[in-house]
Amino acid sequence: MAKKQNSFSLNFDTDWNYSPAPESTSHVEIKEKYDLFIGGKFVKPKSGKYFDTINPATEKSLAKVAEANEKDVDSAVKSARKAFKPWSELPASERAKYIFRIARLIQERAREFAVIESLDGGKPIKESRDIDIPLAAAHFFYYAGWADKLEYAFPNRKIKPLGVAGQIIPWNFPLLMAAWKIAPALACGNTVVLKPAETTSLTALKLAELIADSDLPEGVVNIVTGAGKTGAAIVNHPDIDKIAFTGSTEVGKIIQRAIAGTNKKATLELGGKAANIIFEDAPIDQAVEGVINGIFFNQGHVCCAGSRLFIQESIKDEVEKKLKMRLETLRIGDPLDKNTDIGAINSKGQLETIEAYLEIGKQEGLTSFQPSYSLPKKGYYCKPTLFFDVSQSSRLSKEEIFGPVLAIQTFRTVDEVIEKANNTPYGLSAGVWTDKGSKAFNLSSQLKAGVVWANTFNKFDPASPFGGFKESGFGREGGMHGLEAYLSIK
Amino acid sequence: MHYYNYSIFDFLKSKELKEIPFNIKNTPTIDQLGLIERAAKFRTRSIKKEAKIQGLKLALNMIDLTTLEGKDTVGKVRQMCYKAMNPHEGMNLPTVAAVCVYPNMVAVAKETLRDSGVKIASVATAFPSGMSNLKVKLEDTKMAIDAGADEIDMVISRGKFHQGEYNYVYDEIASIKEACGKARLKVILETGELGTADQVRKASDIAIYAGADFIKTSTGKISPAATMPVTLLMLEAIRDYYLKTGKMIGMKPAGGISDSKTALHYLVMLQETLGKEWMSNQWFRFGASRLANDIILQLLKQEKGIYQSGDYISKD
Repeated sequence: MAKKQNSFSLNFDTDWNYSPAPESTSHVEIKEKYDLFIGGKFVKPKSGKYFDTINPATEKSLAKVAEANEKDVDSAVKSARKAFKPWSELPASERAKYIFRIARLIQERAREFAVIESLDGGKPIKESRDIDIPLAAAHFFYYAGWADKLEYAFPNRKIKPLGVAGQIIPWNFPLLMAAWKIAPALACGNTVVLKPAETTSLTALKLAELIADSDLPEGVVNIVTGAGKTGAAIVNHPDIDKIAFTGSTEVGKIIQRAIAGTNKKATLELGGKAANIIFEDAPIDQAVEGVINGIFFNQGHVCCAGSRLFIQESIKDEVEKKLKMRLETLRIGDPLDKNTDIGAINSKGQLETIEAYLEIGKQEGLTSFQPSYSLPKKGYYCKPTLFFDVSQSSRLSKEEIFGPVLAIQTFRTVDEVIEKANNTPYGLSAGVWTDKGSKAFNLSSQLKAGVVWANTFNKFDPASPFGGFKESGFGREGGMHGLEAYLSIK
Repeated sequence: MHYYNYSIFDFLKSKELKEIPFNIKNTPTIDQLGLIERAAKFRTRSIKKEAKIQGLKLALNMIDLTTLEGKDTVGKVRQMCYKAMNPHEGMNLPTVAAVCVYPNMVAVAKETLRDSGVKIASVATAFPSGMSNLKVKLEDTKMAIDAGADEIDMVISRGKFHQGEYNYVYDEIASIKEACGKARLKVILETGELGTADQVRKASDIAIYAGADFIKTSTGKISPAATMPVTLLMLEAIRDYYLKTGKMIGMKPAGGISDSKTALHYLVMLQETLGKEWMSNQWFRFGASRLANDIILQLLKQEKGIYQSGDYISKD
């Protein structure tokens, strides 16, 4: 193994620039104003209020979205309650057909959903096109298959649906998170009141249109929009049987306090600060790519992002040099351009949060690296950033930044890296890079994380359960495990 | 020392076996799935408009226009050489980089190409199997060089490689390199016969350290020939060597690249893996026989707005 790298470096300036390749928006229909989806219809909010949803790449408003207050949430819950009995008593194979139909409709309208996801959330079109939307459809397909096989998932047990589920989802994977929540709930015979995040309501509202087109019985899915207050109204509503939340650990704690002493069941999928660990026997080039994918996928707005990198000290120079070179070839810019690798930060508020962390790194005197290209003038953009020799006690390695910022540390032995990787209140995911199978299996059992990826990162599949240890939450979504969250099992 | 000042027999008698200057056990490992995944990402790049025209012209200028058949004739080689110099009349296109022929056709190519700037590459060393001894391989190389070849495309001894006789493979390449004199040496690994990504990386490193000016994927006689993943891992071997030594090595994927879109994606991969310095036919080649016509077809489409019939483009 090479110990020291010399000064030879590659030149990524270019005489061959890719021409702009923007995805067309001509097939996309966005209304000026969106109401609440309650009882199978779009209804005006009792609050009378609307708020703007912003395109983070242009800082311009895309549409006005209704703000649901307590009364609006109450009518959504009532509608869901009314729909619950007939829906849960429908033959399971019939429920499956509806869910299957939603999956098919998502596939048919995939291009439109992808474009809106990128417009509203800032993520690159290649991600919304190749990951978010196909995976959302895959979740509906997957759980459509379970609907009439629940008794095989829990043999010799008595199962029944919980009732009305209140579901609150984040802004990083808007449609995909809606699918994660709605599909298993419906398959198990529940009805739902879903609230998308306030910065990314549009694809959930397009999903509401699609659900209306699918002839799903009225009230089985209700979608209410709004910010934290609307979410609180759902959490505190007395006639909700189950809360499913994906978001920050801070809000997760508030929810747990709020539902303490009630009969509400809960699953919480919260923050993360995943360790990505590279051993000296790892396939280095693939590991570097995995680290890049682990932290810069979706601008780092990923709860399971590999935001802490641990490099075995003997290969530190090589890995760091290759990471820097790779950063130079990432393309940042217009989320709708098919060649964009890194899009816009989801909101102004989030950009400020990330920038505050960059400032912390500076104040701590850490060495950092950002690529040499410049950012678009308009829009909320942040350069992908590496921080080197970060200490375990630094805020950069302790706190979830939720942005394109990687904190790099080194280690010497297996025991040391296990201790450091587990030394965090979070435990959502981790990555291990080694050519040795035994090492990978050892780490996967020692690391306290819901998902441990070996020689890959950020791989998702509807058949695979996902969820956290410690303050990253509890309950599992996806796979057979995901059914448990929506059933009462005797 | 160029051996051909002496008899080959003397040369072989006097020469010492050269040793691989690195520990072959420390060759970097490759994760095949990760490699395939990374290579697939280059295919999502959308190359349109100006970038497409520029890229296609560059790709055309990187082609080693190839005919390597038992039925090759003087007439066939002359026709191909003419095509190499004038890919399509009336379009102001660059020439291809080189023609690639068997040693006994080098003289014909030389006579046709003259000072056009198109290079003559000749396969040698008992191409395509390489199943012969060093003496024959050196003779084969000498024949091509004497006839005026600018570049030699040799094959490695895959059998010896699989037997674990890495030093034999290394020494053979180094000997041929010496025999090449000023001619540039392309070393064909025949990746379709090596089995795994790890083996391809090992063979790449052996070839590079033994003096290859280019490493090349395939003979075109074995399937699979060039693929994007295997080319990527060879580019990464070239990159690692450059980062260690500052010496540039060229890359030539060959066989199976017949459409413009794929060629553009190879260029994307090259640009995003090795950067600007490699973006010329000095450092990158496509070994192909059909690619040139598809590029011409696409460039005509860009120029005229509609696809032309294939009958307007010469099939040589």
